Amino acid sequence: MTSKWLLSAALAATTLALANPAAAATKFEFWYGLSGDLSERIQDMCKDFNASQADYEIVCVSQDNYDANLQNTIAAYRANKQPTISQIFDAGTLDLMLSQAYVPIGQLMTENGYDIDWSNYFSGIASYYSTSKGELLSMPFNSSTAMIYYNTDALAKVGFEGLPTTWSEVEDVARKMKAAGYDCPIGFDPAGAWQWYEQFSAIHNQPIASKGNGFSGLDAEMQAGKGLFVQQLTWIKKMYDEGLMVLKSKDTGEVDLDAFAAGKCQIFSGSIAGHGTVTAKAIPDLHWDVAMLPMLDGVTRTNSLVGGASLWTLKGKSPEEYKGAAAFYNFLATPKQTQWWSTVTGYIPVTNTGFEAMKAAGFYDAAPYKGRERAIESLTFTPPTENSRGIRLGNYASIRAEMVKTMQNVLFNNEPVQQALDEFDAKGNDILRRFQATYKDAVLP
Amino acid sequence: MERRAYYRNGGLPWLLIAPQLLLVLVFFYWPTSQALYWAFTLEQPWGGGNSWVGWDNFVGIFRDKEYWGTVVRSAFYASCTTGLSMAMALTLAVFVDRALKGTRLFQSVYVWPYAIAAPAAGVAFRFIFAPESGLVGSINQMWPGIWNPAINGYQALGMIIVCHSWLGIGYNFIFFLAALQMIPRSISEAGAMDGARPFRRMLDLQLPLIAPTVFFLLIINLISSFTDSFGLIDTMTEGGPFGSTEVMVYKIYFDGFKGLDYSGAAAQSIILMLLVMALTFVQFKWVEKRVHYH
Repeated sequence: MTSKWLLSAALAATTLALANPAAAATKFEFWYGLSGDLSERIQDMCKDFNASQADYEIVCVSQDNYDANLQNTIAAYRANKQPTISQIFDAGTLDLMLSQAYVPIGQLMTENGYDIDWSNYFSGIASYYSTSKGELLSMPFNSSTAMIYYNTDALAKVGFEGLPTTWSEVEDVARKMKAAGYDCPIGFDPAGAWQWYEQFSAIHNQPIASKGNGFSGLDAEMQAGKGLFVQQLTWIKKMYDEGLMVLKSKDTGEVDLDAFAAGKCQIFSGSIAGHGTVTAKAIPDLHWDVAMLPMLDGVTRTNSLVGGASLWTLKGKSPEEYKGAAAFYNFLATPKQTQWWSTVTGYIPVTNTGFEAMKAAGFYDAAPYKGRERAIESLTFTPPTENSRGIRLGNYASIRAEMVKTMQNVLFNNEPVQQALDEFDAKGNDILRRFQATYKDAVLP
Repeated sequence: MERRAYYRNGGLPWLLIAPQLLLVLVFFYWPTSQALYWAFTLEQPWGGGNSWVGWDNFVGIFRDKEYWGTVVRSAFYASCTTGLSMAMALTLAVFVDRALKGTRLFQSVYVWPYAIAAPAAGVAFRFIFAPESGLVGSINQMWPGIWNPAINGYQALGMIIVCHSWLGIGYNFIFFLAALQMIPRSISEAGAMDGARPFRRMLDLQLPLIAPTVFFLLIINLISSFTDSFGLIDTMTEGGPFGSTEVMVYKIYFDGFKGLDYSGAAAQSIILMLLVMALTFVQFKWVEKRVHYH
């Protein structure tokens, strides 16, 4: 009797145990490189996704910053413990492309029965994450571009109407601001090689590297010392020496954005993603506006580069997990989600329809979101050229770090501009040749 | 005649040291051999494969002007930190050893810095030394622009050296104090009766008597300043400005993890490892033989 009871109990337990996993949602992981407020927003997004359906459960893990996320993703991949989705920053794009470690987004969505209109994505964004043949490999996620922020009260005080659109106008207002008693007309941080160098090159249609910024071959060579950036860095040095640009960085104790929001600096250049942060941190009665990056006199504007990061789907997971990932991407692409993400962060919508819907809904008409549409204008100003469609260079994160060092060397160490940039090109080329040797049999997709 | 204990069963000793041996193999020799292998190959970061390049990685490093910059900087860094830290610790230890008022309290208080993890200390120092808002930064209000490690490479390096020395004082202090207390009181007292003042007694009696400790600490400090500076540098300056706080170990981290150049970083680690081994060798073979009591 007892044994029979035990047996049936065991049977029941087994049935339950077998039945449960089938009913439970498939779990999959998403690692991202944002922290603080932005991380909270991603956690909200994950909760919403989990609540929106019962088949999948996404587990979202912050790795603090982009660098750490890339490093940890690589370490996990090598140990076969990788997440299904990882957020990789713009500078890591080619590293991922040659890694053989990903499932292309188009293939993933098609295989799982989603039909996405890829042409709906802004071409400047899509081209950054696409192969040279135009196949999009990763899901555009948090996208931004570089802008310039002005304190409009300070502009009014020096008698400037509207917002400066050229660097010579910027110099002019900065000089007048200094004369009017402002200590810090422009806050400057050399860590912003992205806005001061890369975006400058893109909108002035200057190559960062040969071979179309590396799009047509791993044998590209750096070109910083050959174009308009020589002139621009010379100008930055002059502005710095005259005290019109003031160093505001992590090392001085206050970054440029914070100094601007506190009303101490009147102008700074940074990502549109900082728009929400400036709004949140601005002291009362701070009147400010945001504009497209200024141009050199007599140069025609081309589109700016997309910054931020995209989502890569990693190889080696189960079909169910891929189904979950596809469902998550599909969730991200819904208009409601696009608008929510753009509202709470300051990142831009990545599709034409997403943008049009937000525009039609009057999102950009009033503060605090007014001005953010200029980021889209900047990104889509012209069709992407060879120099403004993206940067396809290996280990680009190290090259970017070299540019930061180069600018510091010029500003703080008085190294001659041309010499500094030639050295930068040489170092960049060393990094590129090493990358090329590491992937010597690889073909650029 | 020498008496020795031995095991009849030849396998038992091996069995007894097996756990330790296994630990050493898994956590020391396996990673080291891996690094050694990578140093002679070009390793793809995502593990897609690698190719044998022989000595290329090393040749590349030795040709790199910037690498030699980090070597010179590391040597300077090591000698400054070691000198500063040991001098401070010795001074404190000598005073505590003199059994002044509150000695017991100081004995434990001076050890505290050693218990603080380098990154935590780095964050604290970052606030203290910040040119615009920090404690030290307040001298800028008297002399504007005099203190700015954000743009002045020498100040940045000096700042890290001071912080590293400060962290090491506690450790050095314990060893110095222990060594000083090992010296028989009678020797010091005899010196005092002969009319030697405390400073003279320290130079002529105590220092020679604790020479083995001094040399032991010298080597330990040198090794530690070559290898342990990472936590401070990463939290305080990240190698900047313009690379002026980039020492060997930070360059390894940067090239390997941020630059994804695993092979270049592995080759640099091997060089650093050889350097530390050489220092250890000096410690064992030379110092322990030459420095002894007379």
